[in-house]
Amino acid sequence: MIKLILHFLEQTGKYFLLLKKVFTKPQNMKIFWENYVRELDDIGLKTVGLISFISFFIGGVVVIQTALNLDNPLIDPSLIGFAAKQSVVLEFSPTLSAVILAGIVGSYIASTIGTMRITEQIDALDVMGINSANFLILPKILAAVTFYPFLIALSMFLGVFGGWVAGVVTDLVSTEDYLEGIRMGFDPFHFTYSFIKTVVFAFLIATIPSFFGYYVQGGALEVGRASTKAVIWTSVMIVFWNYVLTQLLLS
Amino acid sequence: MIEVKNIKKSFGGHEVLKGISAVFEKGKVNMIIGQSGSGKTVFLKTIMGLIEPDEGEISFDGRIWHLLDEKEKAAIRREMGVVFQGNALFDSLTVEENVSFPLRMFTNKSPKEIKERVAEVLEQVGLPGVQHKLPAELSGGQQKRVAIARAIVMYPKYLFADEPNSGLDPKTAIRIDDLLLDLTKKYDTTTLVNTHDMNSIMEIGEKIILLKDGYKAWEGTKDEIFISDNPDLNDFVFSSELFRKMKELYLKYELKK
Repeated sequence: MIKLILHFLEQTGKYFLLLKKVFTKPQNMKIFWENYVRELDDIGLKTVGLISFISFFIGGVVVIQTALNLDNPLIDPSLIGFAAKQSVVLEFSPTLSAVILAGIVGSYIASTIGTMRITEQIDALDVMGINSANFLILPKILAAVTFYPFLIALSMFLGVFGGWVAGVVTDLVSTEDYLEGIRMGFDPFHFTYSFIKTVVFAFLIATIPSFFGYYVQGGALEVGRASTKAVIWTSVMIVFWNYVLTQLLLS
Repeated sequence: MIEVKNIKKSFGGHEVLKGISAVFEKGKVNMIIGQSGSGKTVFLKTIMGLIEPDEGEISFDGRIWHLLDEKEKAAIRREMGVVFQGNALFDSLTVEENVSFPLRMFTNKSPKEIKERVAEVLEQVGLPGVQHKLPAELSGGQQKRVAIARAIVMYPKYLFADEPNSGLDPKTAIRIDDLLLDLTKKYDTTTLVNTHDMNSIMEIGEKIILLKDGYKAWEGTKDEIFISDNPDLNDFVFSSELFRKMKELYLKYELKK
C-alpha cells in the first residue's frame, strides 16, 4: 500500500514537472500555430459528430425517463423541460461528454505520443534542441481548452433539442410546456459553472494522456497499456474534479 | 572533434558505462562497435546529450557540454545531425516536410530556399523526386536515406548514426555506408557510427573503438584489427568463420610481403 502511494506521488510529481516543461514559450510561433490548427482538427472537429449524436439521444432519453416518472396530474408537465435542461446543462453535456472525450481523445493522444516515443521521434526532436514536451503537448492543451467549450455548448443545445424532439414525437410533452420548462428558473451561473468544468476537463483530457504517452518505455504493448491507463486516469480525474468543482461552485 | 573523458552512467544501480574516454576526429568515420548490451547506444545517446552522464566530460571542439548554458547547448544541438536506428521520421509528414523540418524550425530561409536545399540533399542521398511521398510509402533503405538527408540538411559539424544498417539487405547496407563516408568527407563532419556490422566496420571504419560490458576494450583502425591480439577484439570480430579465414589470408599475405 505504501509502495502504491509512493508510486502515485512520484507519478504526480513527474506530471507536474512535465507541465513545467510544457508551459514555456514556443520556439517557433509559426510552427506552433500550424500544430494548433492541426490539433483543432484532430482532437476537436473530429469529435463533433459523435458528441452531437450522443447529446441528441441523451437529451431524448432524459425527457422520456423524466416524463414517465412524472405521471402525476398534479405535477406541472413543464417540469419535464426544466429537468431535461438542468440535467443536460449541469451534468450530461460537460461531464458525460468529457468522459467520452477522455476515451476517444485520450487514447488517441497517449498512443500518438507513445508511438513517437518508442520510434525515437521524440528523441529526434530533443536532439535538434526542440523542447519536445512544449512542441507536442502545448498545442493539444490549447486546442482542447479553446475548442471544447464550443463543443459542449453545441452538446447542450442538441441535448435540449433532442429532448424536445423525443417529447413531442412520443407525445409525452407539448412544445409549449417544454419551452416553458427550459425557460423556467434560468440561472446564467449554471452555464458559467458548466464552462468552468469544461475548461478544467479539457485540460485534464489533453495533459493526462500526454503524460502517459510521453513517458512510455518499451514497445507496442506498452503503448497500448499506456493508452488504457490514460483513459482510466483521465476518467477518474474528471469524476473527482467534477465533485470538487461542484462542491466549490454550487454548494 | 569530440572528446569524451571518463564517462560513467548507471541505471537503477546497474553501471552501463564504466568510465570511457575517447577522441573522435573531424572528417573521419569513427565507429563504436560491440555486442548488443555492451553500452553502445547509451554511450552514443550520452554524447548526443539525450542522456546525462553521472560522471565525466564531453567536449565539442573544446566546448565542454556540462559547463554550457541552455542557449549554448541548443547551438551545439543545431550542429548535430542524427540518424536514428529506426529512422525516427515523422510519419504524418511528407519527405519534404521531414527533411525541411530543422530548416523551418531554426532558420529564416524563404520557402523557395528551403525547397531548393531539400531537393539538393535528397539528390545527394540519391533520392530525387520523392518530396511528396510519406515515409510509409518508401522502402527501409529509402527511409534511411531520407533520415540521412534530414541529418545533413543543416550542414552539421557532428553526424551520429545509430546502427544505420540494421534491417537492411547487404547491398543497401553498403550504399548507406558509402553515403555516410562520402558525406563525412563532403561536410567535414565528426562522424560517429554505432554498429555491430563487421562489413560496415571493414568498409568505412577509419577509427574504431570496441566497447565491452561498459568498458572501452580496444581502440584502433580497421587495418589494426587483423594484427591485434586483443582477446576481446578477437572474440568479437573473429567469432565468424568468414572473418577468421579473412584474418588467416591477411596474415599470410602480410608474411609474404
